[in-house]
Amino acid sequence: MARAVSTRRKVMTTALAWAIGLLIFFPIYWTILTSFKTEAQAINNPPLFFGFDWTLENYSVVQERSDYMRFLWNSVIIAGGSTALGILVAVPAAWSMAFVPSRRTKDILLWMLSTKMLPAVGVLYPISLIFVEFNLLDTRIGLILVLMLINLPIIVWMLYTYFREIPGEILEAARMDGAGLREEILYVLTPMAIPGIASTVLLNVILAWNEAFWTLNLTAANAGPLTAFIASYSSPEGLFYAKLSAASTMAIAPILILGWFSQKQLVRGLTFGAVK
Amino acid sequence: MHLKNALRAATALTLISSVGASAETITIATVNNGDMIRMQGYTDDFTAKTGHTVEWVTLEENVLRQRVTTDITTKGGQFDIMTIGMYETPIWGANGWLVPLDDLSAEYDVDDILPAMRGGLSHDGTLYAAPFYGESSMVMYRTDLMEAAGLEMPEAPTWAFIREAAAAMTDRENDINGICLRGKAGWGEGGAFITVTANSFGARWFDEDWNAQFDQPQWKEALTFFVDMMNAYGPPGYATNGFNENLSLFQQGKCGMWIDATVAASFVTNPNDSTVADSVGFALAPDTGLGKRSNWLWAWALAIPAGTQKEAAAKEFIEWATSKDYIELVAKNEGWANVPPGARTSLYETPEYQEVPFAKMTLDSINAADPTNPTVDPVPYVGIQFVAIPEFAGIATEVSQEFSAVYAGQQTVEEALEKAQALTNDAMEAAGYR
Amino acid sequence: MATQHSRSAARLMMAPAVILLLGWMLVPLTMTLYFSFKKYLPMRGDSLERGLDWVGFENYSRFLNSSSFWPSVQATLLIVGGVLVITVVLGVLLAILLDQPIWGQGIVRILIIAPFFVMPTVSALVWKNMFMDPVNGMFAHLWRFFGAEPVSWLSDASVQSIIMIVSWQWLPFATLILLTAIQSLDSEQIEAAEMDGASVLSRFFYIVLPHLSRAITIVILIQTIFLLSIFAEIFVTTGGAFGTRTLTYLIFQRVVDSQNIGLGSAGGVYAIILANIVAIFLMRIVGKNLDR
Repeated sequence: MARAVSTRRKVMTTALAWAIGLLIFFPIYWTILTSFKTEAQAINNPPLFFGFDWTLENYSVVQERSDYMRFLWNSVIIAGGSTALGILVAVPAAWSMAFVPSRRTKDILLWMLSTKMLPAVGVLYPISLIFVEFNLLDTRIGLILVLMLINLPIIVWMLYTYFREIPGEILEAARMDGAGLREEILYVLTPMAIPGIASTVLLNVILAWNEAFWTLNLTAANAGPLTAFIASYSSPEGLFYAKLSAASTMAIAPILILGWFSQKQLVRGLTFGAVK
Repeated sequence: MHLKNALRAATALTLISSVGASAETITIATVNNGDMIRMQGYTDDFTAKTGHTVEWVTLEENVLRQRVTTDITTKGGQFDIMTIGMYETPIWGANGWLVPLDDLSAEYDVDDILPAMRGGLSHDGTLYAAPFYGESSMVMYRTDLMEAAGLEMPEAPTWAFIREAAAAMTDRENDINGICLRGKAGWGEGGAFITVTANSFGARWFDEDWNAQFDQPQWKEALTFFVDMMNAYGPPGYATNGFNENLSLFQQGKCGMWIDATVAASFVTNPNDSTVADSVGFALAPDTGLGKRSNWLWAWALAIPAGTQKEAAAKEFIEWATSKDYIELVAKNEGWANVPPGARTSLYETPEYQEVPFAKMTLDSINAADPTNPTVDPVPYVGIQFVAIPEFAGIATEVSQEFSAVYAGQQTVEEALEKAQALTNDAMEAAGYR
Repeated sequence: MATQHSRSAARLMMAPAVILLLGWMLVPLTMTLYFSFKKYLPMRGDSLERGLDWVGFENYSRFLNSSSFWPSVQATLLIVGGVLVITVVLGVLLAILLDQPIWGQGIVRILIIAPFFVMPTVSALVWKNMFMDPVNGMFAHLWRFFGAEPVSWLSDASVQSIIMIVSWQWLPFATLILLTAIQSLDSEQIEAAEMDGASVLSRFFYIVLPHLSRAITIVILIQTIFLLSIFAEIFVTTGGAFGTRTLTYLIFQRVVDSQNIGLGSAGGVYAIILANIVAIFLMRIVGKNLDR
C-alpha cells in the first residue's frame, strides 16, 4: 500500500518536474529549432514544431558574414585566460583567509565584494582612457585583465568557503610531518580543494564568456569575442529570426555543452558556503 | 653622434619599407545594414585592385554609435574608417576629429555627389565623409489595397489624405493595418519620424534663442494627430516598432501604407523577401499645406578619424566604396535595384536605373529636403530630423522615450510634451545655451 | 595559534589580490570622482590635455534634480526586487521538487540550469523577438490561438517583461544553490516531524525554511551584486523606455548619448552610494552568517 502511494507520488513529481524543466528550457530549444528553418517558416503562424525542411543555410550565411572561429577562439582565450589568472591570484589569498584568519579577514572579504558594485557604465571613460594610455585597446590581454578583476571577488569568496570546509587537523598533521607551506598547499590542500576549484573555474568561465559590456566596448577587429559576434546580428533588415537563431545558437553552444558536461562539478561546488 | 646616425638610418629604413610595402590592413567599423553587408562581400575586389586588406567590425546601429563615439572622443584609434551619419559628420569635422576629404582623385568626381548629401556631410564647405548611400523618406503603399479602397494616391499627398486612406485600408479581420509608422524610442528611430511630422505641422525643436518649443500648439497638434491615427489604424504595439519591425510587417503584407526611408523601396519590391513585391507604389512624404513636407535627409557615410596611420589606404577604400565603379559592380552582379542609392547624381542619369520603379521618387524626395531650412518658422540649427548640435542625441532619445510612452498609452500627449519641454530646457542649460 | 611567521606569509599571499582590487577600485573611482566635479563635454572639445573646468557640485545637483533621477532609482529597486522575489520563491519550490525522487533527475537538472549559460544579449534578443514580439512572437501566436488580443509586452508590460527575462536567467543559479543546501538537510528530522503529525506546510516553515535561510541570503547577496548592474537586457529590449530606465541605464544615457562625462560621473558616484547602502544592509545579514 505504502509502496503504491509512493510510486504514484513519484510519477506525479516526475511529471511536474519534467514539465517545469521543459518549460524553462523551451526558449533555448525553440532558438535551436528555428535556426534550422527558412526565414518564412520561422515566422509561420501557427509556429512549426515539425514538418519543415531542415536547412543549414542560416549557418552558412552567418559564417559567410563573420568568421565564427575567430570570435570563438577569442572567447576561449579571454574566458580561459581571465579565469586562470584569477585562480592564480585568488588561491593564495583565499588560503590565507581560510587558514590564518585575522580579525580583519571578514572585512577584507566584504570589501572585495563591494568592488563589484562599481557600475561599469560609470567608469567607461576612465577605463577607456587607461586602455588608450597603455595601448590595451582591442587586445586579448587587456580584456583578460579586466574580466579577471571583475570576477576576482567572486573567485576569492568561493574558494574561501571551500577551503574553510577543509578540517584544520589535516593541516596540523601535515605540518607535524614536516611539510612546509608549499608542500602543504600542493599535496594536502590542493587535492582536497579540487572539486571547489573546479566549480570556481567553471562559474568564472561562464561569467567571463557572457560578459557583454567591456568585451564590446574595448574591442575592435582583433580581440572581439562571441559577444561582439552577436552584436552584428541583433537587428538586420527584414526577416531575420532564423539567422538570429543560428547566430545565437553558435554563440551559446560551446558554453552550453561545457556546462552540461561539467554540471556535476558545477553543482557540487556552487555553494558559496551556503551549506552548513 | 653615433645615436643620431643610427636614428637616421632607421628612419631611412622605415621610409623605404613604407614605400615598398604599400599593402596595409585597414580596420573599418560599419553598421549591419543590407548595403554594408553586401559591400563586405565585395571586399575581394578592393583587395585585388589595391593590395590592401580589410578587417570588418560590423555592429548593430546603436552599438556602433556607442563604440565609435567612445573611440573618437577618447582617441582610441581602433578604426581607420568609421561608418557615421549625417548627424555626426559636421560635429566631428568641426572638432577636427576627421580627415578632410578635399583631395580626392579626379576620376572619383566629387562633384557628382548629390548636392544635398555633400552639403550635409560637410562643415564650412569641407567634405568630411563620403556618402555610401543616402536616403530621404517617402510613402510606400499597397496599390492593390488602395484600389480596393476606391482611392487614388496623389503624387504629393497631405496628412489628411493619408489618414483617410489609412481608415479605408484597415482590415482588422485580415490582419491589415492601414498605416505603419515608427514609434520606437531613440532619436534615430521614432524620434526622427515625429520630428519630421512635426516639421510639416509647423512645429520646431527650438526657437532662435534655443528655447525648447514643446509648449507650442503645433507640437500638440502634430503629436495628437499621430497618436490618434496610429491608435486607430496602426499595428498593435507600434510603440516598439522601428524601421526593421515595420519593414518586416510591410513585407508580410500587414501594412497598407508605410512612410519611411527611401532605401526600404528596394527591400519591399524584392520578390525574394517581400510577399507584396509587385504591388507597391510610391509617393512623396505628406504635408499639411504649410510648405514643409515630412521627409528627412540622411546618409550613411565613410569617414577617416584623424590620427590614423593608414590614411592613404583608408582614402583608397573610400574612393573605391563610394565610386561609380562600385555601383556598376553591384549593378552587374545583383541588378540595378540593389545598388546603394541616393549618393550620386550620375546614378539617376543612368538609363537602366531610371527604369527602377522607385528611382525617381527617391531623387525627388531627396531634393525636397533642405537641411539648412527645415521648418516653417526660422530655427538656429541645421538638420531636418535632427538638430546638428552634440547634445541632440541625448536629449532626443529621452524626448522620444516620453513620446513612446504616449504611444503605449502610459501617459497623455500633454504630460509627454510637458516633460519633453522641461528636460530639453534643462539639458540645454547644462550645455550652456541658455 | 598561528605563528608570526605564518601570519606574515598569509599577508604576503593575500597581497596580490588585495593590491589588484585596490588598484581596480581606486584608479577608476578617483578618476570618476575627479570628472564628477568638472565640466567634461568631449563633443564640445573638452579633453584632459586641454584641462577641464571646475564646476563644484553642479553635476551632482543637476543629476539629482533631473526629472529622471527618482524614477530611475525606483525602476532599479523594482527590477532588482522583482527578480529577487521570483528567483528565491520559485528557486525554493524548484529545489524542493528536485530533491524528491524522480525519474531522469539528471536530465531535468540539465534542462533547468541551461538558461544560466546563455549570454544576456542572446537571451534578451531571443525573448524580445521570438517570444514577446506582438506580431510574430510565440506569445502572440499563443494569445491568438485562445482568441485573445496579443499583448505588446515590451511597451505595455515593460518592467514585468524585463523582470521575467532576467528571472529566467537567474532562476537556475538560485535553484542550484538552494538545492545543494536542501540536500544537506537531515532527512531524519523531517521524518520525525512527519511522524509527529506535522503538516506539509508546518514542516516547510519550521524545518526547511530555517535551514535554507543562509543559502537564501547568499543567493540574494550575489544576485543583487549582478542585478544592480544589468544593462544588456535593457539596452536590447526597451532602450530605457517605458519606465525601464534604471540608474545604470540613466548613467549610460548621460555618458554615451549625451556625452556629458561630468554629469555621468556624478551619476556613477550616486550609483556607488546606492549600491553600498544596499550592500551594507545585505552584508550585515550575510556577515553574521559568515561567522557561523
